[in-house]
Amino acid sequence: MLEKLKDLGILSPRKAEDYKKAWYKFSRNPLSVAGLVIVIVVVALAILAPYVTPYPHHAEYYVDFANANQPPSLAHPFGTDQFGRDVLTRIIFGFRYSLMMAATVLAIVTPPGVILGLIAGYYRDRWIDTVIMRIADIFVAVPPLVLALSICAVLEPNIFNAMMAVSLMWWPWYTRLVYSMASSLRMEPFVQAAEIIGASKIHIMFKEILPNCLGAILTKVTLDAAWVIILGSALSFVGLGAQPPTPDLGTMLSDGAKYMPTIWWITVFPAIAIAVIVLGFNLLGDGIRDIYAAEAR
Amino acid sequence: MSSTLLNVEELQVHFKVYGGILKVLNDVALTVNEKEKVGLIGESGCGKTTTMKAIMRILPWNAIVPKAKIYFKGKDIMKMSDSELKRLRRRSISMIFQDPTAALNPVFKIRDQLFDIVKYANLEMGKNLSKKEIEEEAIRLLREAALPEPERILDSYPFQLSGGMRQRVCIAMALASAHELLIADEPGTSLDVTIEDQILRLLKQIVEEKRTSIILISHALGAVKGFVDRVYVMYAGCIVESARTPDLFREPLHPYTKGLLAAVPKLTGGGIPSGIKGRVPDYMNPPLGCRFVTRCEYAMPICEKKQPRMIKAGNDHEVACFLYGE
Amino acid sequence: MRLITYIAKRVGYTVFVLLGLSILIFTLARVLPGDPARMALSPRAPEWAVEKLREQLRLNEPLPIQYIYWLRDVFSGSLGESLVTRRDVLTDITEFLPATLELLLFALIFDVIIAIPIGMLAGRKANTWIDNLVRGFAYIGVTIPAFVFAIIFLLIFGYILQIAPTVGRLSPGVMPPPRITGLITIDSLITGNFSTFVDALSHLILPSFALALGPIAQEARITRASVVENLNKDYILASISHGIPERLIVLKYLMRPSLIPTVSILGLDIASLMGWAFLVESIFNWPGMSRYGIIAMLRKDLNAIVGVVMVTGLVFAIANIVVDVIVSLLDPRIRMVERAK
Repeated sequence: MLEKLKDLGILSPRKAEDYKKAWYKFSRNPLSVAGLVIVIVVVALAILAPYVTPYPHHAEYYVDFANANQPPSLAHPFGTDQFGRDVLTRIIFGFRYSLMMAATVLAIVTPPGVILGLIAGYYRDRWIDTVIMRIADIFVAVPPLVLALSICAVLEPNIFNAMMAVSLMWWPWYTRLVYSMASSLRMEPFVQAAEIIGASKIHIMFKEILPNCLGAILTKVTLDAAWVIILGSALSFVGLGAQPPTPDLGTMLSDGAKYMPTIWWITVFPAIAIAVIVLGFNLLGDGIRDIYAAEAR
Repeated sequence: MSSTLLNVEELQVHFKVYGGILKVLNDVALTVNEKEKVGLIGESGCGKTTTMKAIMRILPWNAIVPKAKIYFKGKDIMKMSDSELKRLRRRSISMIFQDPTAALNPVFKIRDQLFDIVKYANLEMGKNLSKKEIEEEAIRLLREAALPEPERILDSYPFQLSGGMRQRVCIAMALASAHELLIADEPGTSLDVTIEDQILRLLKQIVEEKRTSIILISHALGAVKGFVDRVYVMYAGCIVESARTPDLFREPLHPYTKGLLAAVPKLTGGGIPSGIKGRVPDYMNPPLGCRFVTRCEYAMPICEKKQPRMIKAGNDHEVACFLYGE
Repeated sequence: MRLITYIAKRVGYTVFVLLGLSILIFTLARVLPGDPARMALSPRAPEWAVEKLREQLRLNEPLPIQYIYWLRDVFSGSLGESLVTRRDVLTDITEFLPATLELLLFALIFDVIIAIPIGMLAGRKANTWIDNLVRGFAYIGVTIPAFVFAIIFLLIFGYILQIAPTVGRLSPGVMPPPRITGLITIDSLITGNFSTFVDALSHLILPSFALALGPIAQEARITRASVVENLNKDYILASISHGIPERLIVLKYLMRPSLIPTVSILGLDIASLMGWAFLVESIFNWPGMSRYGIIAMLRKDLNAIVGVVMVTGLVFAIANIVVDVIVSLLDPRIRMVERAK
């Protein structure tokens, strides 16, 4: 029965042809493609960091005061920092931490956030909806950065705890997104049809409602990757996240800020690096949104 | 015969969209005489509304108008200056939009919206009305549109009114400035049948009383039958047939018109209407010749190559089809 | 439903949420691994000192009892003693909060008065070079976080061009006006001290702009999108077809519906402003509550952290209620339909 409904186009199917169409829509906007390229390049650089960087041993603890604070040159395209470490090398290693942060946080946060949203949305106006959404409201009662900062503050400052802190406060955003979609989708004919033929609650939530939220979730995950990276660098910047000598972009920024404006390159290049990676994810996210927005029409 | 009020010739409108250009209107031509009631019928998506928006010069930003001659009382609307255009919109022509819910600004009271229209319509006629006079005029218009309790309507937001009331409010707004031509785009179609019927009767009564012309757009032939003097049949951005109403119903010529007529269910029986197979063609790559060729059961080789022109097929009866000669 | 009833309902819910928040932050601060008292003091502090602090913070009591003590203190007007300043946290916050509010207020003003006009302009001139310029700017604004803007501003305007002060609220030697509202710009205007006002304003420019750029970009994008959408709506076409003057259409019939989404996301803007204020205040040495909060966080000053989070939550909640009231004034559908629920 379900298959038949799918064939009739009442349920939303996903076929190879659809992916081709989606790629076609995506690739028509050069900005989206640029975003994808940026993200791929950054990910590749991060993975291959030990092989592509000129001075991989500068990544962590290393001191060479003879070459400290060198302005950009051929040997050091982005200059060297106050310990004589190559800034370019440290930025590329910094991508590793940024991406790891984004990947870990989103991997931890998305599944529970989405599932809670599905449950609350499907059982809208029942007690379980009230409980879940009221708790979510409490978590978003304070700006995300403030909550992340204070959770970090009561933990040992390190990159692992920073990830835990950000994860702890991030799930309600997914719950709220899926909740709003699920509570309207449950009224759609295809969900009602599935209910009438006696499909299980689990089937309806995960096989009927969830697939229709995937576009929005994927868009949010991509845009949030940028957000988590910014947040992580902000935590490191104030000293509540990654600690020196970890080559984190936020740590590098706060180190460099002390030497402004004369030794500007220690600060400016990591700042540009953050902007580029964030821009990449934002463009990519907008491109993914366009695919699904056009489909909805 | 009375004199010509509106004369549209060779109107072409294209739309720039992602992935190409939609060639929607293809040499549309139509004429409306003074005090004449004209019907424009065709399936949804065949360009009726676009034609009207072109006449009002309110096409969306992605519209391209390669060719257009739209004469109102001998003056080309396309070449009008801003002040001439304002005068036209405030005094002469007014349009009732298809969906009254979408045509009313959701965040302003009817009072705000109707007062501005009344104010500027009268300003154009050299009358600078006081607030009280504007209110009186607005109430008179609402009464004319057969709305009970006009004062209460004025203080309502659109979403507080029923569909039928919204439609009547739109009519009242149009009446403020339609002194010569009223364009009614499928009035009442979004409402239920009895209310649609009331709305059509009201419109007919108003235009006959005020002796203005009207273009009534509809996708249903039945709706225009007892209303208009003359009918234009439109298909995929082309006018395919025009005739006086009784002639068209007695003797439809174009295969598309025949199909449309056959698609009307008859109370006298005859089973399920046959309808027309297929869909309106893709505007991105329309057929080179007659745009109906893909669905026409009488299609001939010439139909695929050449666009048929409107030819005379009787007294005041024209058709664009090779079945009736070159 | 009347506006008053609506606001009362919202306030009631806010009290619930803030209570929830206090439980959340209070619990987090005490159940997370590590001994807060030990962390607050240096690792070499003698055990008796740690024990004394533990006693003082009531860390030896069960968690619910600790919370009830804390709540009782709150209702008697105390947020506990700050380990850094040795004063009541509430006293500290009352002193520092106005500086933060002033900064947020100016950032918000910049946000609204810049974003709305450029968003409207870009929307009306969609797909022209003006639009592309605004969209390009918006991308930069969305991409670069506020603290990076702060550093860049510090470098360019503070050090290189030296056209604006970069530290504190007033230049050294300038006497602050008598404290009425605590907002120096307003107090100096009330007392008629114009030169102080100008000095305070010049100190506000860089930090508030650094904060505002992100929200400006976001708001401009939203406004543009809703203007583009509304421009093709039948009701705007209908207004044009009735010969309403263009200026009236733009400033009345187009602006009001287009501003609804813009104002609706002001709540998110305020969240972003309040969050980034913690970093921007530190960078510009702005003596506000957020900088106080960062210092407390770095020093593991539990009472101060909980206090700052709660006050931030309170300000945020009030701001959100104000935003929702404005939205409902703009949009009668929300005013009359949603509230009837």
